[in-house]
This record gives sequence, C-alpha cells and structure tokens, in this order.
Amino acid sequence: MSDRLSVLKTYKLFVGGKFPRSESGRVYEVTDSKGNWLANAPLSSRKDARDAVVAARKAFGAWSGATAYNRGQVLYRVAEMLEGRRDQFVAEVADAEGLSKAKAAAQVDAAIDRWVWYAGWTDKIAQIAGGTNPVAGPFFNVSSPEPTGVVAVVAPQESSFLGLVSVIAPVIAGGNAVVVVASEKAPLPALSLGEVLATSDVPGGVVNILSGRAAEIFPSLAAHQDVNAVDLAGAGAELAKELEVAAADNLKRVVRPQPVDWSADPGTKRLMAFLETKTVWHPTGSLGAGGSSY
Amino acid sequence: MADVTASDGALRRFLHGLPGVDPVGLEGRAAALGTRSIKTTAKAYAIDLAISMIDLTTLEGADTPGKVRALCAKALNPDPTDRGTPRTAAVCVYPDMVATAAEAVRGSDVKVASVATAFPAGRAALPVKLADTKDAVAAGAHEIDMVIDRGAFLAGHYLKVYEEIKAVKDACRREDGTAARLKVIFETGELSTYDNIRRASWLGMLAGADFIKTSTGKVAVNATPANTLLMLEAVRDFHALTGVQVGVKPAGGIRTTKDALKFLVLVNETVGEQWLTNEWFRFGASSLLNDLLMQRQKLSTGRYSGPDYVTVD
Amino acid sequence: MAFDYAPAPESRSVVDIAPSYGLFIDGEFREASDGKVFKTVSPSTEEVLSEVAQASADDVDTAVKAARKAFEKWSALPGSERAKYLFRIARIIQERSRELAVLETLDNGKPIKETRDADLPLVAAHFFYYAGWADKLEHAGFGPDPKPLGVAGQVIPWNFPLLMLAWKIAPALAAGNTVVLKPAETTPLSALFFADICRQAGLPKGVVNILTGDGSTGAALVAHDGIDKVAFTGSTAVGKQIARTVAGTDKKLTLELGGKGANIVFDDAPIDQAVEGIINGIFFNQGQVCCAGSRLLVQESVQDELLDALKRRMSTLRVGDPLDKNTDVGAINSAEQLARITELADSGVAEGAERWAPACELPENGYWFAPTLFTGVSQAHRIAREEIFGPVLSVLTFRTPGEAVAKANNSQYGLSAGIWTEKGSRMLAVADKLRAGVVWANTFNKFDPTSPFGGYKESGFGREGGRHGLEAYLDV
Repeated sequence: MSDRLSVLKTYKLFVGGKFPRSESGRVYEVTDSKGNWLANAPLSSRKDARDAVVAARKAFGAWSGATAYNRGQVLYRVAEMLEGRRDQFVAEVADAEGLSKAKAAAQVDAAIDRWVWYAGWTDKIAQIAGGTNPVAGPFFNVSSPEPTGVVAVVAPQESSFLGLVSVIAPVIAGGNAVVVVASEKAPLPALSLGEVLATSDVPGGVVNILSGRAAEIFPSLAAHQDVNAVDLAGAGAELAKELEVAAADNLKRVVRPQPVDWSADPGTKRLMAFLETKTVWHPTGSLGAGGSSY
Repeated sequence: MADVTASDGALRRFLHGLPGVDPVGLEGRAAALGTRSIKTTAKAYAIDLAISMIDLTTLEGADTPGKVRALCAKALNPDPTDRGTPRTAAVCVYPDMVATAAEAVRGSDVKVASVATAFPAGRAALPVKLADTKDAVAAGAHEIDMVIDRGAFLAGHYLKVYEEIKAVKDACRREDGTAARLKVIFETGELSTYDNIRRASWLGMLAGADFIKTSTGKVAVNATPANTLLMLEAVRDFHALTGVQVGVKPAGGIRTTKDALKFLVLVNETVGEQWLTNEWFRFGASSLLNDLLMQRQKLSTGRYSGPDYVTVD
Repeated sequence: MAFDYAPAPESRSVVDIAPSYGLFIDGEFREASDGKVFKTVSPSTEEVLSEVAQASADDVDTAVKAARKAFEKWSALPGSERAKYLFRIARIIQERSRELAVLETLDNGKPIKETRDADLPLVAAHFFYYAGWADKLEHAGFGPDPKPLGVAGQVIPWNFPLLMLAWKIAPALAAGNTVVLKPAETTPLSALFFADICRQAGLPKGVVNILTGDGSTGAALVAHDGIDKVAFTGSTAVGKQIARTVAGTDKKLTLELGGKGANIVFDDAPIDQAVEGIINGIFFNQGQVCCAGSRLLVQESVQDELLDALKRRMSTLRVGDPLDKNTDVGAINSAEQLARITELADSGVAEGAERWAPACELPENGYWFAPTLFTGVSQAHRIAREEIFGPVLSVLTFRTPGEAVAKANNSQYGLSAGIWTEKGSRMLAVADKLRAGVVWANTFNKFDPTSPFGGYKESGFGREGGRHGLEAYLDV
C-alpha cells in the first residue's frame, strides 16, 4: 500500500463551533522538528480574532449558566473522544514536538487525563473557593466563584498539546469561554483538538482555536474591550509586557507567562485565575417581632 | 376604601397586598434613629412633651379607689416642687375605676382612658365586650383602649376583627352624640411578625381606630422602637391615602427618659410635627413619669436627682 | 414648637493634632528628603488642620528599603507572634476609637455618626479578623506552606482613610509582608496616627511605613523596583495607569476601583426598608463610596410611590457640621471633588434629566453638596454611566426582571448591586445574573471583615476581606 497517495487534511480554525478558513485567506507552512512540511495552517488575522471573541461572548451565557454537573460531563466527554483518537494525536504531537512515539504518547495520555481532572473540578470549585461568611450581624452572607467571561489565551509554544489542554480546560471548567491562539510553530494538534471538541458536546463558541502569529493577533485580543481576561502563557517576555499594558485598558485579569512544567500536577491556580468572587448578603433576623431592643 | 372591607376575601387580599416588612431593615432604622443625640433645649422640650403624652396607667388586680386617686393626683400635679410641670395626657384604668378617676380629674384637661373589651386577653363574647365598653363610657371615660381578638386575627378571620372594632367604636358613642376616642390595642407581642403588625394597623385604621396601640403591657414583648416605627409608617401612609389622621400609642416597657426620647425621635422623623402632640401620640406607661421628672429636675437645677425627690404613688 | 434638635457636637478635645507631621519610615518620623510639605484642611470648614511631609522619590526608596530590611525578620516570626502584634493593634484602635473617629471626621468631612458607628468598629474588626489568620495560613487553602510576597506598596483613597488602611495593612502583615502605605493627599492624618498605634503596639520598626504625599508619591511607590506587591484602592483611571506600570514585572497586583452600582427595586419590595436602603446606598459618606447604589432602577409600576417616599425621606436628612452627632450628611472631601460632582450634576440637567433636592441650608465655608435626585434619566446620560462619587442619585425605570438585570449589567463597572424584593426565588435569580462582586439583597452598604469585597470588570480585581483577602498577600 506504500504507493497509495494519502489524503491530506486541510487544517482549519475552530470558531463558534464551525471550521472556517482564515478570513485573511492566508496560510503558513507548518513543519516538523526536522523541517519537513506537515501542513499549511491558517494564518489568522485580527478579524478572525474579533469573530472568535463574538462567538465566545455569544456562547458564554449558556455555558456559564449550565449546571456544573453538566459542564463536568461535557469535559469528560472530551476525554472520551480524545481517547478514541489517541493515535492521531500521538502522531501529531510526535511530529510537532519531535518526540518519540512513547514520549508523545505520554504527552497525549497526560492531556487526556487533564480533561478528566478538570471534568471533576467543575462541581467542586464553588465549595473550595466559596462558602458562607460568618458576618457580625443578622445576615446570611455567601461567596461563590463565577466565571470571569471571555478569556483569551496565548497557548504554550513548546508543549503543543498537553500545554494547550492545560490552559484551555481550566478556563472552560470554570464556565468561561475561551479564544486560544495555538503554538505558532506547532498548531496542528490544537487545530485537530477543535475537531474533537466539535463532537464532544462542547457548545459552539465555548472554545475557539486560532492558529497564526500571537504577536500579530494577540495585541487586538489584549486590547479588545469585550475580553475579560488573558492568559499569556505562551508569550515571550517582551510581547507579554506589551500585551499586559494593552490589557490594562479595560482591566483584564492577566496571568503572566511563567516557567511551567506542564506534566506536573496543575493545581488550582489557572482554575481560580479566571473566577470572580460574588458575595451576596441577605438579612436573616429573628422569627418574630420581638428581637428589637432599645 | 369601602370596597376592601366588603368581604373577608377582599379584606384579606388588601391586607396581604400591603408591602412586606424586612425585620432587619426595620430594626436597623429604628436603632439608627435611636442614636440621635437630644441635648439641652431639645431635651427640655422633649421631656415636657413626653410628660404631656403619658397615659399614666394602673392596670392591676390590686387597684383600689385609693390607688387610682393617687394616680390621678400625680397626673394632675406630677412634680409638687415645680408647678410648671405639664400634666399627663390621661390616666388609664380598668372600667370599674373609671368613675373614681373621672371624679378625681374633673375640671382638668387630664383625660380618663379605660381599657375595655375583656382586657387584656380579649377572650369574651362580643356582647360582653360591648357592655364592658359602654359601661366605661357611661362612667365618664374619654377614651377607650380596646384589645383586638388576636386569636381571630391569627386564624385569618380579618373581617371578624374588623367588625368587632367597628362595633366597639359604635359602643363608644355617647347619648349626646359625642364619642369616646378609641384606641385599638394589637398586642404586637402576640401578633409576632412585623407583617402582621402592619396588617393589623391597617385593619384597625380601616375600622375607625382613633389611635393604634402596640400592647397591653401584659405580655413579654410590648412596645419596641421597631414596632412603633412600623405603626408610625402605617399611620403616615393611611393619612396620605385617606387624609384621616390616626394616633399611635406605644405601651409597656418604656421606663426611662432615654427610651421616651427615642420614641419621640421616631415620631419626629417618620410623621413629623403633626403628630408631636398628645392629641396624636401617647405613651402607655407608669414608671416612665418619675424618670422624666428626675431628668427634668436635672435640667433645671444642673444636678442629678434621686428617687426620693419624686413622688411614689 | 417643632422638635428641633439642639446642636450636639462631639468634643474635639479628644484629639490632639500636631502642627506638623513627618513621614513614618523605619519606625520614626522624619522630614521629607527635600523638606517639602503640604497642608491638610478640614473640608467642612477649610480650616488648616496640620502640615504634612510630601514624600519624594528618595523617601519612597528609603521607605521601601526599610520595609525590605524589616521583611526578613517579620516574615520569619512565628505566625502566632505576628498575630499578637495585630491583636494588640486591634485593641489599641478600640481604646482610641473615639479619638480616631473625631480625627477622621475632621480630616475627611464625614459625619461623626459614621466614623463612630461604621468606620472605627470596622477598622478594629478587620485587624481582629486578620490577626487570627497569621498563624493559620496553612489552613487557608493556598497550599501547605504559603509564603508572603515581600514588600507591599499600598495606595489608599480618601473616602474611608483608616478603614482602607486596615483593609490593606491587616492582611499584608498577617501574611508576613511588610508595607509602605501612602494615604490620600487630602486625608493623611489617621494614617499618621496609626503610625503612633504601631509604636504603642511595639511593632518592629520598618514593618509599617507611612508616606504622605500626592499622586507623584503614589506613582513612585508603585513603580519602585523593590516592591513585590501593589494594592490600590481608588479611581479606575489611576488603576489602569498602575496596571500599565506593573506590566511585565513580577509585582502582584490587586485593584479596588470605581463603580456605578444599580439598586434594583421590584414592585413587591419591602418599601420602607427599600427607601432606607436607597438612602443609605447613595448618601452614606456623602455618596463618596465606590460601591454606592448610585443608579436606582425602579420597576415602573411602583415608581411614583417610591419616589414620593424617597423624596419625603430625603427631606429629613440632616446636612451640616460633621462633628454634630445628629448629622446625616457631611462635607464633600475636597474642592476638587466638589467640582467634579457639580460638573456631572450639571451635565444631568444639560442632558435633560430632572433634578430635585430637598430644601437644605448648606454651610458657607467648606465643600458642600445637597443630597440630589435625578429622574427621567436614561442609560445614555452621563449621570447614568459615570461614577459621580457624590450624593447624587440617578433614577431609571424598568418593566421586567430581565430588563432590570440587563440595565444593571450595562456598565463598564461591576462592583456592587442591590435587589429589593420579597420573593426569594427572584432575589436569587437576579443575584445570580448580576455581574457585580457584592450583591446586597434587601439591604445595602453592609461590610464585614469576613466578607470578601471587590469588583468585576473595570471595578478592579482581587478581593479584600475574608479568606479570599489573604490571597492578595501570599505567593500563590
């Protein structure tokens, strides 16, 4: 069968649950670690980023309003779907990162397990991050975490899949919608993830995946007034500073790039980073009218 | 407003349609007004006003003509050392003591108020309550302090309570066409919730109460700043809606000048000057008077007074 | 004769204000390096209260170095020892609360009733609360061995000078940080008195440093390389500038900024309590409150009834001498703030809203603004969108709960909101949908050290108060 010409995939963006080409009509060449051509990836434009924000905002209401149980089921479904396409991702990650099959498999397995980990978090965050507060007065007072809104993410550049999953999953586990700019040189696992998400009960628009140059696209996301937070995980120091300055215009929550071992226990830092705390007060008082004193 | 009392259902719908009361907010407002600082000239004014608003009360099984006459003497001349001291608004006694009291205060502007309608429980048949009322009026009572049937109220029989108040109001009429003023006691401590107190206030006012009064003084919780504030809000709103002015009488548990001043602040800042007269605001109290007198002596002499410098009656 | 309350002034003699104050650096007061000073005045009379030092960039550097030096020992102290210092501070604040209340009223212009019954009790409570955390950090949910950040640079506003100091300093110290704090230019005195409380408590030198000064001092502080944490409470504009300043650094940032809180009144509200809540929401502290309920959203079906009640209640507000115990509304903090309030209120008239204020006589000297209500306000009006930070209420109407939520959320801010309804399910549904950090249902402007406070959107990020408030001062 070696003489059979294989069918190549046209990699597309994942925006609003659909697979558009870049509005710019441009692509860029993606190679493996040895420089061999793998595919042409869409070179997203600022307009693609804008469309992605619109899609994310549209999806945010229903996703943030879904029950935590439901969100957990959806995230678990992603893990199930990925497990079925494990070999494909192992191959893509191996190509993208120049890893052996075994090492690439370890990355993919960890990524699948990460979805499972975050699937289990959705209905526990509120109990960890919130609770009642014993205020000194006749009031019921409860704090609960709520999603920040639309989060734009620069995906890690080196860890094309585990790193990517590690920055997407915590954002949507908390009920946010995400626009992620994939690793510039290794975007294919990210674009393929879009195909998995599309068949995993993740509502369209909850995750939007762009490929291209973060330095080109992300400044408009960092400055976008309808984006509530940014995770600059994959941005270099200089770009990150520029983006953080732009993010200040509407006081986005900012997670700065830091050295991260993506294979380590992720903890709750990224999960909590995109949650607001809402505190609600309501009077309680006594059962009858006899409580008053002079 | 006639249509709201046309049937039990209409009355229920009206009373349950009144805005709810948030207890913490109400008590918070009452407490905040309780921090007003009433000093010097304002205090002197308020003390005299408070004295003039007292229904000086004795409602004991052990009451005797002698006790009642002593009470009346105190009402007429609260501080023998200062004849400029205002008289109390009224004395308040049981119906069988009305004649004695009326005799004792005759010729003065001190009124005789009588509790009636099987005070304090109100557990008697309507004809008995009406007879009780008529008896007191006939004996010379200027004012009748009736109790509502709390059992009927709590059972939701609002129209029964309404009709009973109306019947008692009728019983307050004298042959010459005049009438004793009717104070309607809710026994707020038994109604228990502020929503009930607001409903009872409107029920009483709709039925023709001249005054609405918190309590008998015979249960654990009597007048409080919060329930009085709530009743003041009710008379304010009733006046705005109907043009009819209704008085308020907190009773029971108000013992000190400081307490009384807090109630006057409630009146001042909720319904204002129009109610700052004993025509429209009363204190049902007994020991309060001596504390007011001691504070009054302090203001005029600059030194603290003591219980031996006011009369024990 | 009407029941006129006679003047009931709180005695000024409980507080002894020195003619001048230096900067509190490394445990002692010293002059500014360049000798510059500025005056602080009483907003209710324009009387000069004292002269304070204007900290220079050099002074900032000195203070940060002192804090850095102190950090080593302070962070190494057992938490239980840090706790005891904070408990001491809390107790001394309680002991000196009357003095501090009078001082705060003099320097800020807010009524003594508020400094006495709100500010000072909350200040002491805040130190008590965080004192208890100092030796329990490993139980706070931030990992088994959470570490302090280092030196915190803190810049606070003039609306609750001592309370905002407490919100900043108590959690910072409990977590093991040292601080350099800059009080607002117009209200420096209570922070300087706090320095004296630190002395009485025996707090190690350099743990708390107080730099008085203007905006340039604050800018130098947040830009200083030697700090690890910036905490700011104040305007959104300055907050954005600070966010840009710290961009690309490792400085942890928390911001508590402006607001345009919607106070939503449904037709089934407990109306008398709602009126009190509206009054408290916008006239507490002359409306100079970031979480003020400055937009009243009232259901059209009860609009007339509610506005009548509100106007009647506004007419009973007592505006005047802040030291009088019966004053409800005091002075505006500064001429500058008064000008801003005046400008925005005038824009309301110019844009066609209807202005109403009760008859009230304002004192001749000082900075005053009568409690004011605007009706006929639409979402497009500046007075419906911009933070006025004054006693000015904009009234808008709505027809359905969905419309109320949409209008409430239609703001760049997201700090506070109020809901008035007797229907529990509606209260919870609306609270759930509001994009605001603090939602007061059937109450307003309640604060507690255990209760996290902070905003969504451009109202800032991070929380102050409660367990959440520790996170801002821990390396997590």
